[in-house]
Amino acid sequence: MAKVTRFNTEVLIIGGGATGTSIMRDCALRGITCILLDKGDIASGTTGRNHGLLHSGARYAVTDGESARECIQENKILKHIASHCIEDTSGLFITLPEDDLDFQSTFIDACASAGIDTQRLTAQQALDLEPNVNPSLIGAVKVPDGTLDPFRLCASNVLDAKSHGAQLLTYSMVQSFIRIGDRIIGAKCINTRTNEQFEVYAQEVINAAGIWGKNICHYADLNVQMLPAKGSLLVFEHRINDLVINRCRKPADADILVPGDSISLIGTTSEEIDYKDIDSLKISEKEVNILIEEGGKLAPILAQTRILRAYAGVRPLVDIGGGDGRNISRGIVLLDHEQRDGLAGFSSILGGKLMTSRLMAEMTTDLIANKLGNATQCSTHLKPLPGSITSNKSKTKKTVFTTKAATHRHGETAVATFDQSTKGKSIVCECEMVSVGEIEYAIKQLDVTNLVDLRRRTRLGMGSCQGELCTYRASSLFCDFGNCSGYESSKLLMQFFEERWKGIKPVLFGDALREAEFTYWLYEGLFGASAINQLGEKQQDKDYYEI
Amino acid sequence: MDLVSTRFEKCIKCTICTVYCPVAKANPDYPGPKESGPDGERLRIKSPEYYDEALKLCTNCKRCETACPSNVNVGDIIAVARGKFEKKKLNPKLVRDYILSHTDLFGSLSTPLAPLVNKITDSPIIKTIMDKTVAIDKHKSLPKYAFGSFRNWYKKQADTQMQFKRQVSYFHGCYVNYNNPQLGKDLIKVLNAMNIGVKLLKKEKCCGVPLIANGFHDKARKNAQFNVKHMTDAVEQFNTPILSTSSTCALTLKQEYPHVLNVDNSKISSKLDFITSFLLREFMNGNMPTLKPVNKTIVYHTPCHLERSGLAIFTIELLRTIPGLKVIVLNSECCGSAGTYGFKKENYEVSMKIGQGLFEQIKQANADFAITDCETCKWQIEENSDLETIHPVTLLAQCLSD
Ligand SMILES: Cc1cc2nc3c(=O)[nH]c(=O)nc-3n(C[C@H](O)[C@H](O)[C@H](O)COP(=O)(O)OP(=O)(O)OC[C@H]3O[C@@H](n4cnc5c(N)ncnc54)[C@H](O)[C@@H]3O)c2cc1C
Ligand code: SF4
Ligand code: SF4
Ligand code: SF4
Repeated sequence: MAKVTRFNTEVLIIGGGATGTSIMRDCALRGITCILLDKGDIASGTTGRNHGLLHSGARYAVTDGESARECIQENKILKHIASHCIEDTSGLFITLPEDDLDFQSTFIDACASAGIDTQRLTAQQALDLEPNVNPSLIGAVKVPDGTLDPFRLCASNVLDAKSHGAQLLTYSMVQSFIRIGDRIIGAKCINTRTNEQFEVYAQEVINAAGIWGKNICHYADLNVQMLPAKGSLLVFEHRINDLVINRCRKPADADILVPGDSISLIGTTSEEIDYKDIDSLKISEKEVNILIEEGGKLAPILAQTRILRAYAGVRPLVDIGGGDGRNISRGIVLLDHEQRDGLAGFSSILGGKLMTSRLMAEMTTDLIANKLGNATQCSTHLKPLPGSITSNKSKTKKTVFTTKAATHRHGETAVATFDQSTKGKSIVCECEMVSVGEIEYAIKQLDVTNLVDLRRRTRLGMGSCQGELCTYRASSLFCDFGNCSGYESSKLLMQFFEERWKGIKPVLFGDALREAEFTYWLYEGLFGASAINQLGEKQQDKDYYEI
Repeated sequence: MDLVSTRFEKCIKCTICTVYCPVAKANPDYPGPKESGPDGERLRIKSPEYYDEALKLCTNCKRCETACPSNVNVGDIIAVARGKFEKKKLNPKLVRDYILSHTDLFGSLSTPLAPLVNKITDSPIIKTIMDKTVAIDKHKSLPKYAFGSFRNWYKKQADTQMQFKRQVSYFHGCYVNYNNPQLGKDLIKVLNAMNIGVKLLKKEKCCGVPLIANGFHDKARKNAQFNVKHMTDAVEQFNTPILSTSSTCALTLKQEYPHVLNVDNSKISSKLDFITSFLLREFMNGNMPTLKPVNKTIVYHTPCHLERSGLAIFTIELLRTIPGLKVIVLNSECCGSAGTYGFKKENYEVSMKIGQGLFEQIKQANADFAITDCETCKWQIEENSDLETIHPVTLLAQCLSD
């Protein structure tokens, strides 16, 4: 029997979303050794499929005061510790003629009691602030909403944790637990890229697997009810709003328009789905129509703006007693299974929001530290993440756009991407201004193994052309910096397009269709891309398919 | 109504525009139309920090727009961005840009003193001084001013022109007014031979294109509003077509006004026509003056803005109606002058590089003279190929049998 690799650590964290990576950082800062596993890349779960709204809490103020208070508290902390992941845009809650203007007062009062600053605006004031907002609005309230880039947040958590001794294993899936009696002592895992098996032994195992947390509990023969609620969103080709726009009424479908870097996002729909479907989300034509129609009420220009793609995520709601997907509390659910189920060495942290991931990590790490006898206090609310250490407006030379964009993405850590050689400076992704230097940095330092990971770290391929012009250039860089063969890098290319294609399919009309046609023509018509999959590994030394 | 048609999301990133951009080809510092236009605009919306000073290298030739298969107004996007973000630094070059672009102001100051002004601007010492101080390249000769403006001359013609039953209005532009009144006179001669009288607008100002190119958008917009008002008056009063002999003025009045300057010209837009398009239609409808045969060979150069308007074919076909004339149509390439662009010291070299291909073509053709519809192309070709270059209307006027 082949020898199975074993890892030993104090804490094993399952799940590399916002929650898991925040726990990883918190543990590392407290001097607790940990390994984080994700079956995919970091932020490849729900964390990478949400709205990216830095809630002020206003959205929940009327219905869920506790969530609102958590949000505004974390809102202030994140603006300080994760400034490079955040755009402090402010948000508007607008009242349209068909809405009840009296709700404004209820809303403002509820915000006040949750500690959220509000400012009542006239329609004209709102239009001056946000020229693309629906001009037929009859009133608006301004709140401290913003945007939060989940990819950057996770990558920075990992960067900081690793510099404090933590270890990350991506594409590593937990398949079962190793237990002795009523104690979990480790997990059996598999590398999903190489199919290699390995084991991780730990004193404490934390389930931070979001919606997949139910499965993880199942491996421990425990039962947790989760209520999967699918939410779909549309990505627009460019930024159409500078402020977050919400409706000032009870939360409903497609009523938040969030700007994010160079794009805008409308969402979300909400639909209960079967737990067995959480890995095969489909976006229906009906959903796309609702998003366009309702979104157009927030900003009419949306109806004429090109849609880049659609995507969906599943809210990781824990069923603590009935209700549909949206009325249930987004509360944080921390389960100490030793106390709850008599199973030692295992806890689950579920529910919550991207917004509250740091807080969830603090609560979890407090519990675990206590069990491990570690008395160090949490410091994640005080210490800025790498990238946010010096303010975004640092002195770095930003005359070159790739440098400017990289600084926008990586904060002060972007200096590592400023390769001044002719090759290093060349632009790979023209839509998002990603240079060869930035890609080299991402491949070597940010745990990037393929083009999809690269997209999450750099925005490569997130622009108007959805990777049409940049990915074939980028894929060859995996040969230069990532030990890929030409054959492997061609495979990465195909994998990337398959993934992008999923998002484009639901919006295959208008300019998105033209762009897709052109991409198809380039890669299939010109490069004969589909032949790559037919070529066997053995042929990999032939040079004709080395694009 | 959203007049400014700078929507860039139709762009499918095919990069054809950049392949066709004469500046990108000649100057590696220019990122090219794709990056400066649709790509850049998307980033500028995210943050104005992404405005690139290199956009001033664009000559506004619009060859990118002609090339684009997705109908993106790439040149307009760039021009509008420059109007919005370009910083005007107070230095001698600003003085130069001011002089070069305020064509009607300096034209009206210079025409009464034309012989003197022309002598001064042509003297080698002055050229060197201008090169060193205000950065007008010493290799360039500033356009010559005429002694007395076209408008002044026309005053005495107005009555005769009124005699004709059919009338057109003529937007003469700065060039005809101050530098080459002869072209205006030629036009009147040709149209009169076709029993058409020529009216001028009550007033007109420079169409504004040099102002746009030099980043004086507010002044350009004022000119546009002024001109639209007077053209509207003319159309409402006389319902005449409004003709222009300058390919650039024509494009500007029709397209740049709504697209770049956000000035509504919809009331008169359909009345605007370029001279060769008007003439050829008349000829084809039987209203053709008798022309003497000319046994000459000419090369025809397509100005960028005529290419963009899609009207070059009218000029070419018009030339072919002249008996005995051998017409060689040169490959459509930018001459590099691009209005005021080539006059600037910092652009001179690029301007020459862009025009090189065209000058070569001209030299090889061994023609008797060159024909083009644009005044700045004319200067550029004459300066660099020693071939006399004239407007198609001037040629027609010469062919009329008296
Ligand atoms: C449509 C939508 C919009 C939203 N909008 C917002 C918003 O605007 N603001 C906000 O604050 N919140 C928002 N949320 C909520 C937020 O996205 C989630 O609460 C948050 O991302 C959950 O993060 P997580 O780390 O707990 O889970 P996840 O990000 O799902 O991470 C779990 C990880 O576990 C991994 N995993 C699963 N099984 C295994 C296994 N067996 N072995 C190893 N790894 C495994 C998965 O690959 C995954 O990466 C939204 C949610 C949705 C669905
Ligand atoms: S207008 Fe001319 S110079 Fe400017 S980008 Fe287009 S092709 Fe290039
Ligand atoms: S030619 Fe048109 S579609 Fe192609 S890149 Fe240029 S602007 Fe875009
Ligand atoms: S483009 Fe026309 S109006 Fe403008 S300066 Fe030249 S001649 Fe004058």
